[in-house]
This record gives sequence, structure tokens and C-alpha cells, in this order.
Amino acid sequence: MNALRKRLWGVAAYCRRNPKLLSGVSIILALVLFWLIGSLLVSPTRAASLTGLPSQPPSWQYLLGTDTHGRDLLAVMMVGTGLTLRIGFLAGAIGLGIGIILGFLSGYYGGFLDTVIKGASDVLLTVPLLVVLVVIASMIPGVISLNLMILIVASLSWMLPTRAIRAQVLTMREKAYIQVAKLSGMNNLEVIVKEIMPNLLPYLAASFVAATAGAVLASIGLSFLGLGPQHLPTLGMTIYWSISFAAMLRGMWWWWVPPTVIIAALFVGLFLLTAGLDEIANPRLRRGI
Amino acid sequence: MTISYLLKRLGFFVLVIWVAATLIFFLPRLAERNPIVERMSETAQAAGFIGEGLAEMQKDWEAKFGLDKPLWKQYQYYLRDTLRLDFGYSLAYYPAKVVDQMMRALPWTIGLFGMATLISVVLGSLAGALLAWPKAPRFLQYLLPFFLTLSAVPYYLMGLILLFLFAFTIRIFPLGGGYSVAVAPSLSFPFILDILHHSVLPGLALVLGGVGFWALQMRAMMVLGLEEDYITFAEAKGLGRKRIFLRYALRNVLLPQATSLALSLGMMISGAILVEVVFGYPGLGTLLLKAVSGFDYNLINGVVFIIIIIIAVATLLMDVLYPWLDPRITYGRRMR
Repeated sequence: MNALRKRLWGVAAYCRRNPKLLSGVSIILALVLFWLIGSLLVSPTRAASLTGLPSQPPSWQYLLGTDTHGRDLLAVMMVGTGLTLRIGFLAGAIGLGIGIILGFLSGYYGGFLDTVIKGASDVLLTVPLLVVLVVIASMIPGVISLNLMILIVASLSWMLPTRAIRAQVLTMREKAYIQVAKLSGMNNLEVIVKEIMPNLLPYLAASFVAATAGAVLASIGLSFLGLGPQHLPTLGMTIYWSISFAAMLRGMWWWWVPPTVIIAALFVGLFLLTAGLDEIANPRLRRGI
Repeated sequence: MTISYLLKRLGFFVLVIWVAATLIFFLPRLAERNPIVERMSETAQAAGFIGEGLAEMQKDWEAKFGLDKPLWKQYQYYLRDTLRLDFGYSLAYYPAKVVDQMMRALPWTIGLFGMATLISVVLGSLAGALLAWPKAPRFLQYLLPFFLTLSAVPYYLMGLILLFLFAFTIRIFPLGGGYSVAVAPSLSFPFILDILHHSVLPGLALVLGGVGFWALQMRAMMVLGLEEDYITFAEAKGLGRKRIFLRYALRNVLLPQATSLALSLGMMISGAILVEVVFGYPGLGTLLLKAVSGFDYNLINGVVFIIIIIIAVATLLMDVLYPWLDPRITYGRRMR
């Protein structure tokens, strides 16, 4: 018990030294809670169209008003936050997963594979990815489902993690403790999993958050062009509808302001989280605070 | 700068363009959507004609566009046409050619994006350098959280907010478009003024969205740069503050900024495209939106390809200029 308290105390003390990490985590947690608690209190079915009166301003019955299709925007925000977070986290996780595999293949084993993987990620990094995603998404027949959206976005979110992990593995590979581990009879897989991975954790976390932010950005960008999951009330699609039904000109601020605020908060939170994690991974940055 | 570096860099440029073209060619063919069939059944429905002979017509069109040939042959033709910048006819705005439509949109995008990028990089770098400079005015320190927030908010949200504040609430700027409908396009002073008036808000959205990123990055570089020995030496020599700041500190950390500019151009143009959509600005972004909503396959291909080329050319230019900016770098020779 005492040890646990000490540990918690240590975490709290660290958070005070790293306010970016603390505020980033709090913002993301607040959004997750908004989604979880919201879906307990307000029925998600109210986020479907034609379930309420159309174009109502905020009132006690509809706290954030309704849109032209009669969606309760409070419910839409709760469901939408969840959906957008899910797209971001899952696509980010897939991107990171591919990044880990390719980064290790490239950095640890090197050789011809390294040339190919490094070349591919370098080439793709200079290409504006959103437009390539537009090509993919516009050719998909029918309505784009949530899972498809996740796959589309994830398909091009592995390059940055790959590069970051490759660079770290390259320097770590030469360290003395890796040599010792090899001499003591570990095979390559054991070295990777038991020796390199634990040391990479802060970098992996930072890469994951960065990949998540990239995935959310890409999914909202696609939604802006009408290539999002059209039947789902994600935050990006809500703004898309509000633009295509001229919500701003009709004075329906309650339609576009809440998603804008939530998206902005999400990006600020993810950004602070990345900056905070960078500080853990890169102690050299600490002096700059 | 050596010839071999130049050749290598040109090779990379060609590789990027080729990979992009190949992706654009093969990715859509993984899906089963057929633009010709969709277009025909749409027109048929609009005309109230329920299709006999649609299948034969489809075959005819496919023969006309060379879609009955084997894939590698199609790929060959495609590469040849792309090399000549020939993207065929627009499907939604037939008989307009894709190239003509793109050429009409291109100057708008390049003008807006180029100016906004230039302003945001210069302003951001200067602000970031001052943030790290210990002798800078105190009030600058309070700008840091502001820049942090700015750098995290995407361009298009910034566009929405600006649109609401300065075009809808306080009506000092137009709600969208590239120029007023009432003004005839000509090379006259009022028309140019009108264009500038319309480009203020989208430009501001891009500048505000970008400036925080550049400021933060510059600040991080500057903090490290100020610890260098040559700064201490310059101070010991008794040089003026302004001279140390501009000639010694700022100049040396500008180079990494140039590198990251080359790397992030792709990200930035994605933002610019979406800002255009928000403002209905008549550039490539709005054209892409039109192409997507009309499922104009050729136009999508063309716009996407031209955007990739713009970025590839810009990156190439920056990489070629880079050794000139930084004499320490001698590409192509082994550095030890």
C-alpha cells in the first residue's frame, strides 16, 4: 500500500514538472468521459435524423438545438465525439502497428529491406496524402462505413511511425546492452521484444498520439469533401452537413460551433500530449521549457 | 553543389512523380466503381430512358477510352498521357477538358497558398526566435500558449471561425468566392483590389493556422542554438544585441526551418485545399470538391496529380537551393 502511494506521489510530482502532459491527458480524458457519460444519459438514437423537430435553437428540451434533419445536436456531439475518437485511435493503432513492424525490419535487420522501406516512406511522405486518400475514398462504391474509413485513413498513416522507430532502433542496436543480450544467447526476436521494446515505449507512445492526430485530421479532411461515412454523425460529417446546408448564413450557430469547439479541443489535447511525451522521450528538450 | 547530387535529387523527383502516378492509376482499379456505367445510367435516368442497349453502349465507350485493353497496356497509355499532362475530358462538364479547368484554378491556389505560406513562415520564425531570445520584451512570453493553441487547430476550423467573425457578424469581408460577381474580370486596379479583398480571410486562416507551428519549431531550435559557443564568443567580443540576434543566432537556426518547410509542404497544401472549400475560393480545392461530388473521375485524377506535381517541384527547388543557403552542406561528398 505504501509503495503504491509512493508511486502515485511520484507520478503526481512528475505531472507537475510536465504540465503539457497533464493538460493533454486531462483534455483527452474529458472528451472520452463526455462520450461515455453522454451515451448513458442521452439516448444515442436521438442522434439519428427525423427524431426531433427540425432547426430548433437551444432550449431545455434540446440543450444544443437540432439541425435541419431533426437530429438532437447534443446527442450528435456525444455520438460523434465517440466515433471520431474511435477513428483516430484505431487508425493510429494500425498505423503504429505497421510502423513498428516496418521500422524494426528496416532498422534492426537493415540491408535491402531497409533501402526499400526507407525509400517508400520517404517518397510517400513528400506526397500530399489527403489527395491520395481522396482518390481511394472516391472510388469506393456505396456508403463508406466506419471500419472502411478507419482502414482508408490508416493505410497512409504508417510512414512517420516507421521513420521514427527506424531511427531509434538504428541507434539502439549498437548499444552495449544489446551486445550483452545477444552474447547471453537471446535470439533476435527476444532482443527486440525484451530489450529494445521497453526502451522504445515513450517513443511508441509519442508516435501513437501523433499518428492518431494525423488520422483524425485526415478523416475530417475527407469528410469536408463529402467522402466521410455519410450515414454516421461524426464530428467531421456534422460540419460538412452544416456547411452544405448553409447553417452559418441561416444563423444556426448551434449547428457548427459545438463540433468546431470539440475538434479544436481534441487537437489541442493531442498536441499537448505529444509535446509532453516528447519531453519524457527526449530529456534534452526539458531545458527549453 | 555537385552534379551527382543534382542528378540524384532529380532521380528522386522522377521517382516521386512515378510512384504517385502509379498509385493514382492502380488504387481506383481495386474498387468496383465504374465511372462510365455510373455516368450513363445517371444520364439515362435523367432523360427518363430505362436502358436497353446500355451494355453495348458501355462496351463502345470502353473501346473508345481504351478500357477493353489489358491493364498493362492501359497503364502504358496512362503514363504517356500523364507525361503530356493530357487528362482527357471532364466527365461532369463535358466537353470541357480537364487541363483547361485546372489551368483556370491553378493561379488562385498558387497565389493564395504561396503568399500565405511565405507570410506564415516569416512571421512565425521571427516570433519563435524572439520567444527564445532572453532580451526580448516580456509580453512576448505570454504569446506562447496562444501559439500552442494556434498550431493545434486545423486550418479549416480557423477558416470557419474567421468566416463567422469577419464576414457574417462584422460584415467587412465577403462570404466567399474569389471575386465579386458584379465586377468583370480584367487587369485593372479595382479588380485586383477586389481579388485581394476576397483573399484576406482565406489567407488569414492559412497564416493563423501555420504561424504557431513555425513559431514553436523556431523557438525549440533557437533555445538550442543560443547555447552554442559562437554566441558566447560574439557576446564576449561586445557585439550589439541586434547583430548577435540577427546575424549569429537567427541565421544559423533558419536552416532547419527550411528543411521542415520542404517536409511539411504536403501537409500544408492539404490544409489549403480544405480552406478553399470552406470559402468557396475558385482554386484547386473547390475544383476537387466539385469533381468528387460529380464523381468526375478524370478531373479527380488531374487535380490530384497536379497538386502532387506542385509539391514535388516546390520540394525539389528547396532541396536544390539548400546547399546554397548552407555552405556547410556539400552533398554527394562524404562528410566526416
